[in-house]
Amino acid sequence: MSGETRTDGGAADDASDGDAVVAAVEAVADRIEGERDHLTDLDSAIGDADHGGNMARGWAAAAEAARDLDDPDPQTVCKTVGKTLMAEVGGASGPLFGGSLVFASAELDGGVTPESAVAFAETYLEKVEDRGDARVGDQTMVDALTPAVHTFKKSIETDELPPLEALAKAVDAAERGVAFTVPIRAKKGRASYLGWRSVGHQDPGATSALFILEELLAVAADRLDAEVPDVDATSPTIPDEGAAESDDATPPDPEDG
Amino acid sequence: MKKLINDPDDVVDEMLDGMTAAYPDRLRRLPDTQVLVRDDAPVDGKVALVTGGGSGHEPTHAGYIGDGMLDGAAAGDVFSSPTADEFEELIGACDAGDGVLAIIKNYEGDVMNFETAIELAEMEGVEVESVVVNDDVAVEDSLYTSGRRGVCGTILVHKAAGAKAAQGAELSEVKRVAEKVIDNVGTMGTALTSCVTPEKGEPTFDLGDDEIELGIGIHGEPGTERTELMSADEITDALTEAVLDDLDLDEGQEVLTIVNGMGGTPQMELFVVNRRLQELLGERGLETWDAWVGDYMTSLDMMGASVTVCAVDDELKELLGAPADTPALTQTR
Repeated sequence: MSGETRTDGGAADDASDGDAVVAAVEAVADRIEGERDHLTDLDSAIGDADHGGNMARGWAAAAEAARDLDDPDPQTVCKTVGKTLMAEVGGASGPLFGGSLVFASAELDGGVTPESAVAFAETYLEKVEDRGDARVGDQTMVDALTPAVHTFKKSIETDELPPLEALAKAVDAAERGVAFTVPIRAKKGRASYLGWRSVGHQDPGATSALFILEELLAVAADRLDAEVPDVDATSPTIPDEGAAESDDATPPDPEDG
Repeated sequence: MKKLINDPDDVVDEMLDGMTAAYPDRLRRLPDTQVLVRDDAPVDGKVALVTGGGSGHEPTHAGYIGDGMLDGAAAGDVFSSPTADEFEELIGACDAGDGVLAIIKNYEGDVMNFETAIELAEMEGVEVESVVVNDDVAVEDSLYTSGRRGVCGTILVHKAAGAKAAQGAELSEVKRVAEKVIDNVGTMGTALTSCVTPEKGEPTFDLGDDEIELGIGIHGEPGTERTELMSADEITDALTEAVLDDLDLDEGQEVLTIVNGMGGTPQMELFVVNRRLQELLGERGLETWDAWVGDYMTSLDMMGASVTVCAVDDELKELLGAPADTPALTQTR
């Protein structure tokens, strides 16, 4: 698959993008390792306290596998990382974080462009939703990914923002999504067996998804030698104290008619 | 608690090597995996049957690999789903070009990992169908499951679908038969003691000396009710009545029954249960076509038993009664 001749984007660009993806994977691995105890604490409140350890082990293995690739293109890196996560994370997080990445990697066949990045993000979200049978409001990683992917898509396709700014907005949206998991009741995953007792707990999977996106943004900014754009002022806003009450989850969007 | 093990981390690996050493002409382990397949896999001209799940339920599943039943099985760590890449290797190793039926017990991890593997295998051009077994009538939604759990009835799915595949039936037919069993089977179990996992080394749940858990799961998940220890007849009645209530069979219906030991139950006690089970079925006007008694799907060293009832018609009788030659189940007819 990686050996196919590309019709656009030179081999050099692909390799350099591939390096960037490897760097991002390494950054994610470092971050998840640093947050291992934090994630485990979140999981022990509502699950079986293995999320931090499983994710740290999986991402460390994924970073190693990515480093071992020879001049890889972005698609190959993503596929390899996905396969490694599938094998090493286990449980439900393996197929959700890793399996979805394997499927989404197909969207990067022609290299990384704003358009292919949107397609990648949409496919990833779709696979997570399908596999986990989860939707927004179920207190899962979908709650972080959905606002991130929707915001990213609109920022690229409708607002035609620079990719880095679009990604920064996506991360900001994911952060709001993670906050949204706290006041709602879990409908999927181990936490759902707690019923109403799951209310008031931040979802560990959504939190991991946010950490991953934050590292993608940091590495992208670093590669472009740019500051991470400050997007707080322009992103859809929910009053801080009212996050729990915003049930319809429709961000105000003055530009859409 | 005492365990006959070396290192808890090595239990599954060493068990699998021990199994292939016991059946070198029947079982083969795929390199660098916890997957066992028939020595002659892939078998030409036949739909392949694959399954898998956490270890600790032996002889489930690898014990049922062989003529007339499974082509291969992935073993996860103790009470943990195999990973998607192992399921993918399993499917690839067993597919001979006639398609693959994946038999999945209804646990969240098993379903997600198997489904991911199936989708990946399909991208490689393998035709894969799957069925999810959910025969445990005790509880909806539990520790590892949305919906009902898959337990001992799964063996009958292996058996009937395996016989159908051995006849050379096409994938859709093999799947239909698997679903027919799933639609007609129910199981409920009880625990007299907790299982002890190698890793933890102590009971998974607390059960008093004079207590039992009705509706227990095969990982020690909670059931429907914790009661005082009752007599074998009373326990058998409680389990069987729950299963029969769920199946809602007509008088005169023929059934296959399984009294399944959970791993730490003497056969003597299983036969005592079977005695009352058959008596009760007679009182209810049901006809036992076949009665299986033994350890089919265990929960490590748990003391206890489950009762499975499966309504059978001519087709299922033919398939469930057909020859099978596997390490854990041999039938000649």
